[in-house]
Amino acid sequence: MTLKELWHRLGSPRWFYQISGPLIWVLGSLATVLLVVGTVWGLAFAPPDYQQGDSFRIIYIHVPAAIVAQSAYMLMGAAGVVLLVWRMKLADMVIAAVVPFGMSMTAVALFTGAVWGKPTWGTWWVWDARTTSMLVLLFLYLGLYALRQAVPRPEAAGRACAVLAIVGLVNIPIIKYSVEWWRTLHQGATFTLTKAPAMPPEMWLPLLVNVIGIYCFFGANLAARLRLEILERERATSWVRGLIEGTPR
Amino acid sequence: MSFDSFAAFLAMGGHGLYVWLAFGSTVLVMLANVVSVRVRTRRFFRDAADQLRRQQAASGSGGQSERRTGGNRAPELDQMADGSIDAS
Amino acid sequence: MSARPGPAGLFRAQLQRELVATARSLGEALNPLLFLFLAIALFAIGLGGQREALQDFAGGIIWVLVLLANLLALEGLFRRDYDDGTLEQMILLARPGFVPVLAKVLAQWCVTGLAMTLIAPLAALLLYLPGQVLGTALLTLLVGSPALTVLGAVGAALTVGLRRGGVLLALLVLPLYVPTLIFGAGAILQASLGLGASAQIYWLMAISMLAVTLGPFAVLAALKISLEQ
Repeated sequence: MTLKELWHRLGSPRWFYQISGPLIWVLGSLATVLLVVGTVWGLAFAPPDYQQGDSFRIIYIHVPAAIVAQSAYMLMGAAGVVLLVWRMKLADMVIAAVVPFGMSMTAVALFTGAVWGKPTWGTWWVWDARTTSMLVLLFLYLGLYALRQAVPRPEAAGRACAVLAIVGLVNIPIIKYSVEWWRTLHQGATFTLTKAPAMPPEMWLPLLVNVIGIYCFFGANLAARLRLEILERERATSWVRGLIEGTPR
Repeated sequence: MSFDSFAAFLAMGGHGLYVWLAFGSTVLVMLANVVSVRVRTRRFFRDAADQLRRQQAASGSGGQSERRTGGNRAPELDQMADGSIDAS
Repeated sequence: MSARPGPAGLFRAQLQRELVATARSLGEALNPLLFLFLAIALFAIGLGGQREALQDFAGGIIWVLVLLANLLALEGLFRRDYDDGTLEQMILLARPGFVPVLAKVLAQWCVTGLAMTLIAPLAALLLYLPGQVLGTALLTLLVGSPALTVLGAVGAALTVGLRRGGVLLALLVLPLYVPTLIFGAGAILQASLGLGASAQIYWLMAISMLAVTLGPFAVLAALKISLEQ
């Protein structure tokens, strides 16, 4: 029964608010340490790529951003299912909180990809399979953002976004596959990470550190956003009023 | 250490502009994610506390009522009500 | 209502109602087709009417314009029934609820996907698409367009209650159309290069099947949300 209890507790925004305060600090400090270590390691200590030289170091931020942007969408789709099936308030807040984060990370992945592409491929933009699916992901996030802005009632907006997030989630694998198929059809001589020879550990370890770091960052940022959502939506309840009364002038 | 000097580190083998542009923009976006939430949370508490004080001053009784009743609401409460009522 | 009709009867009644309604306002239903035709002509004019250029891009042009014409038609899918309240009756009274949705989607597909497939030879003519490619082009449109209608219906259902849903609808729906566009245009390109395009056709079929089986539930959920507000 404990699992069921936990599930019911998760449905309570108040409970989440109470436990998430320390969580933000733990995840936030972990993220800071990991990202600083991984970035300094990747920028200063990892050996340069034999083909691309030092511009390859952009992957230490580009790849984590792309991975976390996609994971964020997966999480949002899962939250959409939870919201529609169990009507859990926290799931609605997760959808609302993930959208701006995921959108910004997708934009970062696209931008750093372009900046990497310039010295590597000689052009800012390549219609490569991954860049294209990231672009579609950006549009999916933008659609969710616009939908929430457009629907006047918050409760309806949350569930509308849940439906869209789930439809998007089902579509993402198809989009990825179709785009990959599309690129292999008329693929020129482009350089991709997967076709490069396997990286030595001193090159991929900092990447791994940064990936874990950015997940921690995601966790901390999501928790902080959720707390704000909880405060705004539960504003009229007595426990939030208690918090407000406790704030110094 | 993969570089001989700090200048070489900054130059990134001639790709310095690209590398630092990518890292700089990422740091900016990540900081914006952190700062925007923090600023909005602070603003929430400030505004809500202000409102509560005004409301208590207006009612005179000093915050006896835990729950608001719909009858005679101050205009600023209507602003406050959007979102919070529907979601709860 | 004395005897409740079964799902099949419900479906038939709803489909008949939709088709009659479409026939009554035929002009409105034909607008997207007119748009498709006009836009293809504009492309031909814009590209200087050059045979090679038009031939090369024919698959992409046809499919992009079919997507846009579908989008144009989606605005009206639930609008009138929403405004006069029949949508609410239809969704809340029907058991199971997805039956009228399916009927509406099928009726919509008849005046968009199916009709566009039927006028596609004309489009192919304007774009100098070679005769041996025409069969592939028609097949991609026929098997790919159901996915467009269903996915579009999800977007239309989500935005039907909103004051200015038009641009939003495009933003919600067009990214979901990407796989259909890629396989549809890709199949036509493959066929015009003399290569087989059956893989893409199968993919289009798979996407349409998935959309038709799962989509109506998403449309139903979206309609219920829109009706609540």
